[in-house]
Amino acid sequence: MYVGKSVKRVDAYDKVTGRAMYTDDLADRKALVAKVVHSTVAHGIVKHVDTAEALTVPGVVKIFTCFDVPEQRFPTAGHPWSTDPHHQDVSDRNLLARHVRFYGDDVAAVVAENEVAAAQAARLVKVEYEKLPFVTDVQEAMADSAPLLHEEFPNNILAHTTMGYGDFDEAIREPGLLKFEGWYDTPIVQHCHIENHVCYAYKENGKIVVVSSTQIPHIVRRVVGQALGIPWGRVRVIKPYIGGGFGNKQDTLYEPLCAFLSQELGGRMVKLDVSREETFVSNRVRHAVRSHITSYVRPDGTFVARKLEAFSNQGAYASHGHGICAKGMSAFTQLYPCKACRGDAYTVFTNLPVAGAMRGYGIPQAMFAGESHVEDIARALGMDSLELRRKNMMPVGFLNAFDHNENYYDSFNQCLAVGMKEIDYEKKLKAYQNQTGDIRRGIGHSIFWYNTAVWPISLESTSCRMVLNQDGSLQVQLGETEIGQGADTAFAQMAADTVGVRLEDVHIISSQDTDITPFGLGSFASRQTYVGGFAIKQTGLLFRERILTYARELTRMPVFNLDIIDGNIIRTTDGRVLLPLSDLATEAIYSLNHSAHITAESTYQVKSNAYSFGCCFAEVEVDIPLCKVKLLKIVNVHDCGTLVNPQLAEAQVHGGMSMAIGYGLSEQLLFDPKTGKTLNDNLLDYKLSTTMDHPDLVARFVENAEPTSAFGTKSLGEPPACPGAPAIRNAVLQATGVAVNRVPLNPHVLFERFKEEGLL
Amino acid sequence: MQTKLIKCTINGKERELMIDVRASLTDALRNDFRLTSVKKGCEVGECGACNVLIDGECFNSCIYLAVWADGKDIRTLESLLGEGGELSDIQQAFVDEAAIQCGFCTPGVIMTAVEILDTKRLYTRDELRKLLSGHLCRCTGYENIINAVEKVMKKRLGLP
Repeated sequence: MYVGKSVKRVDAYDKVTGRAMYTDDLADRKALVAKVVHSTVAHGIVKHVDTAEALTVPGVVKIFTCFDVPEQRFPTAGHPWSTDPHHQDVSDRNLLARHVRFYGDDVAAVVAENEVAAAQAARLVKVEYEKLPFVTDVQEAMADSAPLLHEEFPNNILAHTTMGYGDFDEAIREPGLLKFEGWYDTPIVQHCHIENHVCYAYKENGKIVVVSSTQIPHIVRRVVGQALGIPWGRVRVIKPYIGGGFGNKQDTLYEPLCAFLSQELGGRMVKLDVSREETFVSNRVRHAVRSHITSYVRPDGTFVARKLEAFSNQGAYASHGHGICAKGMSAFTQLYPCKACRGDAYTVFTNLPVAGAMRGYGIPQAMFAGESHVEDIARALGMDSLELRRKNMMPVGFLNAFDHNENYYDSFNQCLAVGMKEIDYEKKLKAYQNQTGDIRRGIGHSIFWYNTAVWPISLESTSCRMVLNQDGSLQVQLGETEIGQGADTAFAQMAADTVGVRLEDVHIISSQDTDITPFGLGSFASRQTYVGGFAIKQTGLLFRERILTYARELTRMPVFNLDIIDGNIIRTTDGRVLLPLSDLATEAIYSLNHSAHITAESTYQVKSNAYSFGCCFAEVEVDIPLCKVKLLKIVNVHDCGTLVNPQLAEAQVHGGMSMAIGYGLSEQLLFDPKTGKTLNDNLLDYKLSTTMDHPDLVARFVENAEPTSAFGTKSLGEPPACPGAPAIRNAVLQATGVAVNRVPLNPHVLFERFKEEGLL
Repeated sequence: MQTKLIKCTINGKERELMIDVRASLTDALRNDFRLTSVKKGCEVGECGACNVLIDGECFNSCIYLAVWADGKDIRTLESLLGEGGELSDIQQAFVDEAAIQCGFCTPGVIMTAVEILDTKRLYTRDELRKLLSGHLCRCTGYENIINAVEKVMKKRLGLP
């Protein structure tokens, strides 16, 4: 059996030798190069674009402006399409914008024979704007007097939804309740995958082929079709290896524009490779969310009623929209079930870069607010915050009526116990109480839960194909995509176990091609092993059945007495090896009696979801005069069900922890209030964690097999990014007594707070 | 377009080529020599994905003009592989320690690791962190990368 073993990555050799080919490595060096001309105002109407001087640059082929593209609006979010018009994503993008809505919007595209010419010409394109007032703050954007970004959305409100249970007004009438209230802010951050988004397009056999660094090839195919107004089957999207995505590439980015440029230039190959600066500004970012939480609590710490109001900054276009804030709200209402709970979430357009999906999809924001708030309540009550959490957190047996998620095990307590031991929690908590002096230490923690996949909000469908080769090895293809997380390796392990062959005989096809790969939705929602597992198991069993049926012909044994183990056909009654699968495979193909190309393909529609649980413990040292936080130790503990590959799971947790450390301590995009321009659109001024900013990262697991899952697994991709920031914040609170209600906890923020609290 | 003839050694072979004087070494290696292990992540010397060895010292090739390579000895990740496709010890360690995820930063990091290991010195873990700090990686949290480098360092020095 391979599931549960730390086998090496199937793509490790290619990646460690530099042979793995990414999008730009594959592009023909003679491809034309496109550069986008971006808006230099935060809000305005393009009156005129003067391309005369730009066209004089040698090598320029053609310049397309916002007046040259069709009025053909399309959505961009990497969501499964809905055939119900009411559930479709908002179509608010054009290939290029006449009404520009943020500093960095796309106004024109220059196509040239080389990159230098394209870049030079792009700088010479002169755009004349009618400037409009702009707004960057969510609350200001909702005011009647605010500039309106999209006519269809009054007060700039993309969506406003509520959820909850119980009679809130009745619940808070209980005598003796204590009321706690807090406002919490999270920043706009960016995914910072090391490979920027890049794509190239060309025409072949009457089709437009787009090779792209994307997480969602099949969705991109649909959106390119929608944007160009051509049948979806006339679009072919190929996804080679990709250099990280983290949700930014769970959006259709420049693929439609690139396809359009190629189409308009007679199908010649056009490459659109965005710069790091463009990645920061003109791709997607994570929503900044402002949360207001009110809790009514009994003096013994029992939560009675809780309310969350959340305001999510969408930026200029809808992209993934309200899904992010709504998901955070849903997590809030379920993490600490009480008598009555209310959620009230707004997603609001502003003149800032477009927010989309990013690792955690609303949960890092909601957990920062919620877990900071719980810590503050514990402090006010004089209670141990761990006890307060244990008293109120989602109990075993909790069932959510909407998605039928069930808390089957005592995962939270198990995870907390592992984390406490790992970090020596009780001893440190005691040691760090009542400190004085400039340098103080503290310990903090937080818990979280995360969904797996998108059912029942959206479709969950997954397909798999298996093809037997002459030597008994097999090709496996899925629509679920490898984006660096190790999905292909997990898929190969699952396939080997299901069919009964050796891992080295499973050839997983990593590259995705919408003309060839079975339909799948792509890589998002931490769904790959959970959702892919169903299709692999179902298809694998079908495939086995076909092999064993053929084996019956060769062995004259009944199928029910046959099995495939380690690549051999076995008689189960006595365990005898009847023949190697390789012999069967050769015979099946070349038989003069009965030649058979043994394959299997099937679709599994997933109609379940699963809670994934975990916690984080952080230990910090705060230098009060310097307003600096040093992270001394950090431990994440996850229950993501059965681990398919423990070593890769641990590695994935490290990456999520690193992202959470950046979220908690250093990362944020800053904007010039006068112009709306992004101020730190580069990896020097945007403070991504380096090797120097981490202690050793400790990842631990509690393995409770998920009953709804084909292989006992559930989500792990995004969860590690969820609990880190509030754990760090709570550790700083223990160290200094200062509650900081915004991240990142950088010196600028801490200086202000320490001053307010009289520490400085 | 102004060009200049340069002569240099690339991965052990002497090469001569007319180079666009504006080209970065990254572009020359990728486009002219098709050494696509040299990755582009920022093109301004921030991320380290394009790191190569020039006369034994690591440089961000994106901010190193190709014409400066005249007379130099350049090594990219492609040079590490044995003739039969055998992995070098540091490559094998990256595989064994699960130090690879998306793989995009990997070639650059490994070249810095080669520079570190070639000093034949024993570094503390904190020193290794500092020596590797010129590389940005968003997948691994650096944990297993540091583990891989440390493991090979100790092995080469005959330490447990």
